[in-house]
Amino acid sequence: MLSRRAILSGAAAGGAALTLGTGLRQARAGTLTVGFIYVGPKDDYGYNQAHAEAAAQLKSMPGVKIVEEEKVPETDDVEKTMQSMIELDGATLLFPTSFGYFDPYMLRVAKKYPKIQFRHCGGLWQKDKHPMNTGSYFGYIGMGQYLNGIAAGYASKSKKLGFVAAKPIPQVLLNINSFTLGARSVDPSITTQVIFTGDWSMPVKEAEATNSLADQGVDVVTMHVDGPKVVVQTAAGRGMYVCGYHANQSKLAPAKYLTGAEWDWITVYRMFVGDMLQGKPLPNFVRGGLAEHFVKMSPFGPAVSDTARKKIDAVKAEMMKGGYSVIKGPLKDNKGNPVVPAGTEYPETAIQLESMNYLVEGVAGSIS
Amino acid sequence: MSATAQAQTDTAPAAQAGAADGFYPARRAMESLGAPVAALILAATAFSMFLLALGKSPVDFWWLVWRGAFGSAFSLQNTLQRAAPLLLTALCVAVPAQLGLVVIGGEGALALGGLAATVAALPLSGVWPPLVQLAMAAAGIAAGGGWIALTGLLRARRGVNETVASLVLSYIGIAIFNHMVEGPLRDPASLNKPSTWSIGDANMLGPLPGTELHPGLLVGVIACVLCWVLIFHTSVGFAARVTGGNLRAAQLQGLPVGKLIVAACALGGGCAGLAGMIEVAAVHGRANASLLAGYGYEGILIAFLARHNPLAIIPMAVLMGGIGAAGGLLQRRLDLPDATVVVLQGFIFVAILASETLYSRIGWFQPRGAR
Repeated sequence: MLSRRAILSGAAAGGAALTLGTGLRQARAGTLTVGFIYVGPKDDYGYNQAHAEAAAQLKSMPGVKIVEEEKVPETDDVEKTMQSMIELDGATLLFPTSFGYFDPYMLRVAKKYPKIQFRHCGGLWQKDKHPMNTGSYFGYIGMGQYLNGIAAGYASKSKKLGFVAAKPIPQVLLNINSFTLGARSVDPSITTQVIFTGDWSMPVKEAEATNSLADQGVDVVTMHVDGPKVVVQTAAGRGMYVCGYHANQSKLAPAKYLTGAEWDWITVYRMFVGDMLQGKPLPNFVRGGLAEHFVKMSPFGPAVSDTARKKIDAVKAEMMKGGYSVIKGPLKDNKGNPVVPAGTEYPETAIQLESMNYLVEGVAGSIS
Repeated sequence: MSATAQAQTDTAPAAQAGAADGFYPARRAMESLGAPVAALILAATAFSMFLLALGKSPVDFWWLVWRGAFGSAFSLQNTLQRAAPLLLTALCVAVPAQLGLVVIGGEGALALGGLAATVAALPLSGVWPPLVQLAMAAAGIAAGGGWIALTGLLRARRGVNETVASLVLSYIGIAIFNHMVEGPLRDPASLNKPSTWSIGDANMLGPLPGTELHPGLLVGVIACVLCWVLIFHTSVGFAARVTGGNLRAAQLQGLPVGKLIVAACALGGGCAGLAGMIEVAAVHGRANASLLAGYGYEGILIAFLARHNPLAIIPMAVLMGGIGAAGGLLQRRLDLPDATVVVLQGFIFVAILASETLYSRIGWFQPRGAR
């Protein structure tokens, strides 16, 4: 199926390469090539930037070569990218970072290349269902949103908070609920209005949602979208306070940024790469929270009061001890049905949280 | 436009040249090949200067494009896999273009074709797979064909501009697709990525026997060849090209212009719908947002690059597929942003369009005695 055009252009390029040389080399034997795949741009002030910043720190590790590709959609394009990294770049450890890459794309490629290790951010790896050269890692950032909620609770004057969310999947619902519960621990009359945009990256809808929240009298906003940049800038422009997510957006709104729940992925990546370099088998199901340094909080902004700082630091210290539960009974959802009975607690490691399907009392909005 | 150029060179000069200028057909073929090649070289040169301005080495770039597109068995397979759906979606533009219509609604037709194919497969579980696949193909072709035929009807009966109509209908088609996939046809188990139910592993199209190639490749090539035969070697195709050349002249000849417009649109849309069916049956196994990968829009580019000649679509799809396949490698090795490949495609597109002006201007290629 080679066309004449392809042969001509190939011969010309090949001839030029032979005469001039290119300076491009394959990874030397002995270097570990690690591939990172992002669904959006590396400088999105959000989800992808958090991974990219950690990848950049990995570059300084000796014997490690990083190849990254950004803006790979959650379609079979990512299969082609993964295969290309394996075949053409010699990558032996791949990190497809977007949620939708796991099933079926990463699993298909993993079956084809049993010697290559794949670790997915966020997927639900199960020992009996998925091949052993795959695995998943994620962080319990819900705790961070709880601390965001406390900051929002102290900062809010209208007692109305806003949450711009992408899709109503369990991880997002946990964030919304944690934020609301954190705020209501400061003042039980606080409510959160949630708006779902429908997809991970919809800048226009995110701006519209933020403006709509401002029009409703909301004065503190947070979000769970891939690129919080739009929400942060729009909210600050409308005079609302902002709690950040994924990465540190304080540069975008220095006066209005309260604090933020950020990923600290370098902990995870250093562990995986270190194990790989030493030839140890890689863990398949990795989870961690504040205490394990998978998640961190942004420094406080100027608008956070001393009382708020003291409270947040105290709760954070409790969380660092391990076993802290944000979701605990008795808890009702926003339709009045009891969802957690009295006496039951779900710490961050509870597997039930990974299939959360409700919004707690105090959240205005619905899942479907 | 290109349809006009084709009609002109087909009808008048051949009669005038007669036996005295036997080399004219060869020179005409050389012109048809030479102008695009010149355009490609021009685009490559301009893009290389763009790269130098960015501080990157053009030699590195072209070597990586070669490496990522055709340089290894894996790359070649990747290129062909990308080219497979593009062959059919390009036909969706090229076939109506023979009548002078610019139809750019391939993306909507592909989406609805894929959805219809999935819906056709769902009640047929347990039936012999080749029959199911045939039913899926029929449904896909009908859905895609019907959708673009709407554009044709609007153009034939009401004179609505088919470019605008097809694009707007494409958006409507995609919205219908999303609504159905996320609502009535949604598989409740597809929590995090709304999808329809699966068509079942038994009904999936496997790769071409003996290779790992996308089955859509063979279907696309056959479709291109058949369309070429239809357009250039049948009376129906001739009627279409005459209509494309001059609508009034065709009407005066008594050609059924309205029917030809709708039929051409239906055929083009059927190809795009078939592309949607193949994507579902060979790659995804169900209909979801992954189907909307921009194949319809890339098909527009390829059809224009091929000057709406179905045979030329084949090498152009491979070329564009190759450039797309190399995109990832370029991003990783040269640290170029993802959009660089799109810029290259843009350069090529503009150069090809500009090369249109070369036709019928260089005297050596023209028929003797026609001046």
